[in-house]
Amino acid sequence: MEEVFRALADPSRRALLDRLFAAGGQTLRQLASDMPMTRQAVAKHLAILEAANLVSVHWRGREKLHYLNPVPIGEIVKRWVGKFEDARIEALTDLKSHAETREKKSA
Amino acid sequence: MPERAPAFVYVIYIAASADTVWAGLIDQEVTRQYWGHHNRSDWQPGSRWEHVRTDGSGKVDIVGRVVEIDPPRRLVTTWASPENENDPEKVSRVVYELAPAGEDTRLTVTHSELEAGSAMLAGISRGWPAVLSNLKSLLETGKVMTDLWGSQ
Repeated sequence: MEEVFRALADPSRRALLDRLFAAGGQTLRQLASDMPMTRQAVAKHLAILEAANLVSVHWRGREKLHYLNPVPIGEIVKRWVGKFEDARIEALTDLKSHAETREKKSA
Repeated sequence: MPERAPAFVYVIYIAASADTVWAGLIDQEVTRQYWGHHNRSDWQPGSRWEHVRTDGSGKVDIVGRVVEIDPPRRLVTTWASPENENDPEKVSRVVYELAPAGEDTRLTVTHSELEAGSAMLAGISRGWPAVLSNLKSLLETGKVMTDLWGSQ
């Protein structure tokens, strides 16, 4: 679990996970094309995410496709979020995003 | 035509042998304990498999064929709602791969050929992580989160 938290502690790695959450199955080239860092740096971050099991891979021929693997995050949630709290947390996050969207609109 | 990229690739490490994890995928008695369903088949290549509710209704929620089976390493099945099983567009494919990882077993579940924008695609992305984490709990501790589908 420590590896997961260390991997998540870096904002670039969280940005990579955001991109994989939006679209799974991307290659290193695709991921590097819209990140403000070198391809080598992206490759290094991906290797750390893969070692933490937050990124899973599928080989299509010689192409390495990357996916967000939500299983370790699910285990963290399961450890600290009670069985009936899901709906209440969702209500709060919905309220938050609703309120924040409204503020942005009026600003 | 190149193979279509899978929709999801899930990986979970389970502190149990590959044989135990394998039983967790195909054994009716084990699957019923953590999946809210049991998996019913004779597990021969080409055979039908059914994902049957354990709430007593006997309702079959998912059906498919056993495409490939190599215990305890690799299982490939098709996957569809019973009403869509004859519509190739709506039949997806699940590959389970088991590999030893030190004392543990690494289970990779790859779900592909899912119809874009379908209810199945949406359900799957919620379902697999919870199912896999429940399987891990059962095999490692003998306990599961009760009521897997209760919040739906």
